[in-house]
Amino acid sequence: MNQDTYNSYSHKTSSDKLVQVAQIAAPYKNRPEMLMTVIIEVQKVVRAFSEDVAAVIAREMGLPQTQVYSFITFYAMLSVKPRGKYIIRMCESAPCHVHGAKEVVKAMEDALRIKMGQTTEDGRFTLEYCPCLGICDVSPAIMINDRTYGNLTPDSATQLIKQYIREDV
Amino acid sequence: MEEMRILLRNKDKIDPKNVQDYIQTGGYEALKKALSMDGQEIINLLKEAGLRGRGGAGFPTHMKLQFAKNAQDDTKYVVCNADEGEPGTNKDRVLMSADPNSIFEGMAIAAKAIDSHKGFIYLRAEYTYIRPLLEDALENARLAGCLGKNILGSGYDFDIELHSGAGAYVCGEETALFESIEGRRGEPRFRPPFPGSKGLFGKPTVLNNVETLANIPPILRHGAEWYRGIGSPNSPGTKLFTVCGNVSRRGVYEFPMGVNLKEIIYDVCGGIPDGKGLLAVQTGGSSGAIINADQIDLPLDIDHVSASGGRLGCGTIFVIDDTNCIVDIVRNNLDFFRSESCGKCTPCREGGTRLYELICKISENRGTVHDIDTIIDLASTMRIAALCGLGHSTAVPVLTSLQNFADVYTHHIDKDCCPVCGQMQ
Amino acid sequence: MVNIQIDGQSLQVEEGMTILQAARLADIKIPTLCYHEDQKIKSVCRICVVEVEGQRLLQAACSYPVSEGMVIHTASPKVIQARRNILELILARHPQECLTCNKNGYCELQDLTQELNMARPLRYPLDRRPHTVDDGSTSIVRDPAKCILCTRCIEACGDVQTIAVIGKENRGFDTIVVPPYGKNMSETVCVNCGQCVQVCPVGALTIHDDTQKIYDNMRAGKLLVAQVAPSVRTTIGEALGEEPGTVSTGRLVTAMKKIGFDRVFDSDFSADLTIMEEGYELLDRLKNGGTLPMITSCCPAWVKFCETYNPKYTDHLSSAKSPQQMFGAVIKTYFAQKEQIDPKDICSISIMPCTAKKFECQRPEMNDSGQQDVDISITVQELAKMIRESGINFADLPETPFDNPFGLGSGAGEIFAATGGVMEAALRTVYEAATGKTLEKVEFHDVRGLEGIREAQVDLDGTIVKLAVVHGLGNAREMMRKVRAGKADYHFIEVMACPGGCIGGGGNPIRSWKKVKARTKSVYQQDVDLPVRKSHETAAIKEIYGEFLEKPLSDKAHHLLHTSYTNRQDLLR
Repeated sequence: MNQDTYNSYSHKTSSDKLVQVAQIAAPYKNRPEMLMTVIIEVQKVVRAFSEDVAAVIAREMGLPQTQVYSFITFYAMLSVKPRGKYIIRMCESAPCHVHGAKEVVKAMEDALRIKMGQTTEDGRFTLEYCPCLGICDVSPAIMINDRTYGNLTPDSATQLIKQYIREDV
Repeated sequence: MEEMRILLRNKDKIDPKNVQDYIQTGGYEALKKALSMDGQEIINLLKEAGLRGRGGAGFPTHMKLQFAKNAQDDTKYVVCNADEGEPGTNKDRVLMSADPNSIFEGMAIAAKAIDSHKGFIYLRAEYTYIRPLLEDALENARLAGCLGKNILGSGYDFDIELHSGAGAYVCGEETALFESIEGRRGEPRFRPPFPGSKGLFGKPTVLNNVETLANIPPILRHGAEWYRGIGSPNSPGTKLFTVCGNVSRRGVYEFPMGVNLKEIIYDVCGGIPDGKGLLAVQTGGSSGAIINADQIDLPLDIDHVSASGGRLGCGTIFVIDDTNCIVDIVRNNLDFFRSESCGKCTPCREGGTRLYELICKISENRGTVHDIDTIIDLASTMRIAALCGLGHSTAVPVLTSLQNFADVYTHHIDKDCCPVCGQMQ
Repeated sequence: MVNIQIDGQSLQVEEGMTILQAARLADIKIPTLCYHEDQKIKSVCRICVVEVEGQRLLQAACSYPVSEGMVIHTASPKVIQARRNILELILARHPQECLTCNKNGYCELQDLTQELNMARPLRYPLDRRPHTVDDGSTSIVRDPAKCILCTRCIEACGDVQTIAVIGKENRGFDTIVVPPYGKNMSETVCVNCGQCVQVCPVGALTIHDDTQKIYDNMRAGKLLVAQVAPSVRTTIGEALGEEPGTVSTGRLVTAMKKIGFDRVFDSDFSADLTIMEEGYELLDRLKNGGTLPMITSCCPAWVKFCETYNPKYTDHLSSAKSPQQMFGAVIKTYFAQKEQIDPKDICSISIMPCTAKKFECQRPEMNDSGQQDVDISITVQELAKMIRESGINFADLPETPFDNPFGLGSGAGEIFAATGGVMEAALRTVYEAATGKTLEKVEFHDVRGLEGIREAQVDLDGTIVKLAVVHGLGNAREMMRKVRAGKADYHFIEVMACPGGCIGGGGNPIRSWKKVKARTKSVYQQDVDLPVRKSHETAAIKEIYGEFLEKPLSDKAHHLLHTSYTNRQDLLR
């Protein structure tokens, strides 16, 4: 797993993306309290916080790169490794757990042919666990990027994923 | 049993983004009143009303305000904790989605009480989809003169900034939340100094939960006496309860404090579905006590639940039916805490994972009675020696379940087959 | 004042004091781990927890303030049990390799296991952090598996030195202190100052040990020529268990001879040489409109810092090499000729208070003698280990003087050890060179002290020269901000990377401000005690210019004693 982590550091971000990152960060020079805001905006344009991305944010905001990196690795929704276009987050908390989350996980893993924590080879889907999504009235629940889906069964989860696979361009 | 909707009075009745809708139901009248009051008068009123925090600890709200009011500083902040991360808890999401102006109004009143001109709402990343609604509602409130410069023509300025998290339960801890807003890892600070004297950006700060803030306008409007007439003597008012798990009608309900747990489960929520029996209830989310079916005849107010070894906390009622196993539930809880530990202090960083490993041992029939001793020893240390509430509460489900379900642990040690844990392996 | 009771003792203490401070007043020792007397309170290890009556939670003594009527129990059974449980959690992550650890015998965690009587088997399986040793740096060895996450190094590197090479990665059980993106130290902006090593309580950050190379050269029959930096005589005794500030020049030379060094020279000489070159360079810049302010270049950590963060401003750096490198060039040329030895047969070794000197001597351009000018640089900590492993009883050694021809430097050379020392030494020479008058009062108290940035000015016969003395890289960064903005209205600036100057350097025994102050006092006392207190007046300086270098800034001096700088901006990507 360790090796895997380090390999991912070689991930490159294209120079036009880096220009966009710089544009997002530049207005907040010497305003460390804007790091979260910058990071959230940057996350909308890049797939991962590669070393280049962190270096640009650090440079534009006047922060040490280590601080940016340390920040990113703290928060679960930020990643230094590339993740899929669609990040499917399965709630791992107790209310979903007692409502058949495990079966839903199995169905999604089968539908995407990957395991939890992995990304499909085409880079479109990542399966992850996450803590409670706060929609326990419809557990078991998942979130795909910013959208939530509840009352899932293995069948409905499979259908949902197939729909994403089909309708995505 | 009928709900008593004070906080949820406008749910599904008004357009939450539309400040005029809110104003037409009497919204911002409380703020108008507060703006004509002295800060101390507002605090005194909340003291008479006996409002206590709805986020978890149940701390008297007036005291937090008083600390910040007493602090000498030109800049003070009011922070709304909308990092609702306690597993099984949805009430703040429901409240924010249904009636955001009630929260803004509560913040503005709290601000007036301590002479603050700036507020922050820290919204958890998992609720990003609510952000547009909150942004619209804030903008509309500003346009209507309810926020911003010279609010309601009073000459008093107060505005609110919206901040998002990026996935960290610990940011619900007040000082970790400050760190996160300040652009750092969400690691809690040691206390004292308390936020009332040195909080966000080192300034005196009052941080309150979404629901707590929403309680403030009704108190201002209807008075302390009215408020005290609701709920129980030490915990006046209503409380939002998120009922989840194996129960027929899951959802967020509003009842006066002191409502009976058993009645909520069976009368309000229709009991356990599919003809199964009740195994246990966990109150207050994953950091709450796990009690058994014989213990549920319990009035739900802050003090009664504390006396039962747990806490009312955020008012979550997680119902567990008898097809589940307590060891498996505790294992799930610990898995959550170990992945959400910030890693700053030793007891929580190391202890959380060690507790999880020990519970796994038990669940996988590899445990011995010595492991139980170690679990109790370690959990007891975490309960009193960790840096923040996360470390302290990790121990709660473990210790209460050991108390209330001792035989279940023994069965696992004795290698009696557990269908749930067996399946999990 | 408030009245409190600690372990049954009643006492009156200042309000706002922490329980730990109050307990110390009562002579009660509360064990600590992350706490460091010179650093911010961290309150993260939780080893120092105590019981406060009336409170359900234990409180960390390092951070919890006392208040009126507080009753504290620092060693109740409840407290002791909690402490042991916490220590056990730490030990269950810590490699059980004490016997072969570089920190064996000096480890704060080891001490704590004794203090807490931790003689029981661990109840958890050992779970080492899956990180390997990073020994690619010339100066610092990083073994993150041994880290206990006290975060002292993060403060030293990030807050004090403002470089932030290392920081926390991940969270919870997976938290670790590392450089970002899996980099090794050598690939980062690390300036090798070793201040992280100075605060690490365990073996996670240690000095790169180069002592074996010395034994190898000894076996190969090389002439071992050592230069000993000004600080070393003041800290070697401390490294061997003596009181901070114990000066042991004579015993030090005896010990080194016993180990097998053939010549032991005094770097006070090359400090004097630096003053000659740097001092005349300053006069030249003042007279001929050179780049000002001129900034000292003796400190290799500062030089790398400047090359990384201010590559366009390296023309402010004096082109004079550091004393170490000047000495290296002189040993393999002047000395070799004088002794008629092939410089290839010389192994030139420096004994330094500094970890960055290891990096400096390996800079590719440091070969003006025709080969690497200084072959090996070891720190005070390493020399102490050599003395110990040679079975030398340091306390009872007779005294031996340094070898000639570089055996006696000036007091000016000696005070290089302390922040402000280079400045003061330079002033003693520059004043006389510029005015032609004798400087009666050699002490410049304005440039002494421990303030991060100090300013002074001197009157060189009508010309006012404005000076600044800076120590600690955070302060240096501040100063460079001013330089870049054109607001540094100085002629000459001294910068030392380590707080306190070389005497607080990363290669010394583990520092604290208290110790650094005691050491500094001894440094200034040695200046007073030395027969010559101005660099240009020593016999060795007169001799080398007379016989070899001609005059300061001569062609030969330029070739051997001056250098150029590298743009290292790429390290910031």
